[in-house]
Amino acid sequence: MTSRLTGIWQKFRAAPPAASDLAEPTPPVVPLTTILPAVDIAPNDPLLAYLHNVNGPVEIARLQMESPALAEMKDTGVVICVPLVSQGELIGVLNLGDRRSDQEYSSDDRKLLADLATQAAPAVRVAQLVRQQKLEAAERERVAQELKVARLIQQTLLPQSLPELTGWGIAAYYQPARAVGGDFYDFRTLSDGRLAIIIGDVTDKGVPAALVMATTRTLLRAASERLVSPGQVLERVNDLLHPDIPARMFVTCLYAVLDPATGHLIYANAGHDLPYATGPSGVIELEALGMPLGLMPGMSYEEKEVTLAPGDTALFYSDGLVEAHDPQREMYGFPKLREELAAFNGGDLVAYLLDTLHTFTGPDWEQEDDVTLVTVRYAGPSSVQRGHVAREGGATLLAEFEIASAPGNERQAMAQIAEAVAFLDLPPDRLEKLETAVAEATMNAMEHGNQYREDRPVRIRAEAGDGQLRIFITDFGGGAQIPEATTPDIELKLAGLESPRGWGLFLIKSMVDEMNVSDDGHHHTIELVIDLKKE
Amino acid sequence: MEHKTFSASIRPTDGVIAIDMAGDIDGSAEAAMNAAYAQAESSGSDPVLLNFSGVGYINSTGIALIVGLLAQARKNHRKLVTYGLSDHYQEIFRITRLSDFMGMYDDEASALQQIG
Repeated sequence: MTSRLTGIWQKFRAAPPAASDLAEPTPPVVPLTTILPAVDIAPNDPLLAYLHNVNGPVEIARLQMESPALAEMKDTGVVICVPLVSQGELIGVLNLGDRRSDQEYSSDDRKLLADLATQAAPAVRVAQLVRQQKLEAAERERVAQELKVARLIQQTLLPQSLPELTGWGIAAYYQPARAVGGDFYDFRTLSDGRLAIIIGDVTDKGVPAALVMATTRTLLRAASERLVSPGQVLERVNDLLHPDIPARMFVTCLYAVLDPATGHLIYANAGHDLPYATGPSGVIELEALGMPLGLMPGMSYEEKEVTLAPGDTALFYSDGLVEAHDPQREMYGFPKLREELAAFNGGDLVAYLLDTLHTFTGPDWEQEDDVTLVTVRYAGPSSVQRGHVAREGGATLLAEFEIASAPGNERQAMAQIAEAVAFLDLPPDRLEKLETAVAEATMNAMEHGNQYREDRPVRIRAEAGDGQLRIFITDFGGGAQIPEATTPDIELKLAGLESPRGWGLFLIKSMVDEMNVSDDGHHHTIELVIDLKKE
Repeated sequence: MEHKTFSASIRPTDGVIAIDMAGDIDGSAEAAMNAAYAQAESSGSDPVLLNFSGVGYINSTGIALIVGLLAQARKNHRKLVTYGLSDHYQEIFRITRLSDFMGMYDDEASALQQIG
């Protein structure tokens, strides 16, 4: 049986593909049949419901209903239509014209068509699903790409190193959330030796926010070179940013200038979270108020001052900290921040706050917003240099998190480290080696250090500075004998004279530039060092 | 990163058996890997081809499994030939010297060509 005309209409969920997708290519030899573009059937067309319920091919000459699609079919010479039903759903309709032989469609013909429909429907359905999946995958890919670009823009603009001021310890921590936020921070050494400290947050996410952040940062840098007062800097930047910023987008910003010789800090604020100063004499909120940048022109920004004393630490931070939620959906909040700052006894404020944050959110925290912390500690003119203070001056903390000690969780550690170091743009092979080293060190920590105990998580910390990337993996297995990292003898293993196991530490050593193991009696730490200056 | 459960199936090809593997080779892969190898060995195939093209992750426990497999093969005088490993894991096979005892090829065709 050959028909003079055929067309196929398909029901699509997403945007229908271009008309050219629907038309089948006509075979080059003598055409057996003419292929028509499909007759479109609107969702409310009664023909749709009819075809959904009928069982088998339908001679449309017999149909009478108010249906634009039916009318069009009759016009274009469709004689019989065959619904394609898959899993109870009408997914398409095959339209056939007159038989070439001019004979009527016999009941045998109709049976053949019904069989064809039964065979064809599932195949068509599969093809539709595959197309749907491809569209969705392409969309996911596009979104992932955009986030990647936005993150690269953002992270390229963050300071690669921290200022080193004698008598002061400056630390910064930046952990982006999955969706790219708009946090930024910056330091500028002014011509008179004072230090400008800037922290801010752009509304919105993605590439537009990252571009606004880049612009704002540039404007702030330029203004800081010529204008001395923080209030004036924010006024100038606000006026310049306002005409160019997309509607409903704005930037919060805290701009402070520190005199390292005296501890004097002047600051102005454009809608950003209020900084704190904490020290032996308690906790103070540094309250200066002003409108976010880019909202309205001609704003003025009040300036406030405080003098930091030796032992004090100033904290600048962004929303990600105070808006973090615990498993009961409670917010960390400002009151808790004040409490924790009051309880702070000195030392590394960043590590301390991160500890309180991770204790609060628990291990399954889905981070919603970027977490940025900048601390400025006045060690004083005669401060005692402890081991870890040296890091404060030169290293940026990239990530600090805990992994529950359960088999398989090393994959999570791998993924988090990969994300934290993404902006370093390591060559793919070095990144893979790092990931392997981190996974193996984490496995080692979970199994040998923590015995896979639920109450013993592995703590992982990543820092970059002085051309090196350092990852610390710490477990509770301190005080035990540290096994020697010898090269496993594969020949002994193959001969069955030795257990096939024991590759972990050897693999780690082979994957990184340096591996150091340390023990403080309670904790055991593996340190992985990657030389960033190497090719 | 999500864990992909390991699976292994055997497939005759060109007179030998290939073990097609997919997923992560870690501690949990032991049963499936050993079962597939036992099947391949009992069929008399020599060498046995190990197809790693579906494997995205091998950790040190996985390396131990492969070492165990190789030890077993040598005991029964069978050769193992591998293909489909990513560059990263080829490097790891070199560092651990696994490649000293098993050929490593990019794909099945070149593996089959080499064993003649």
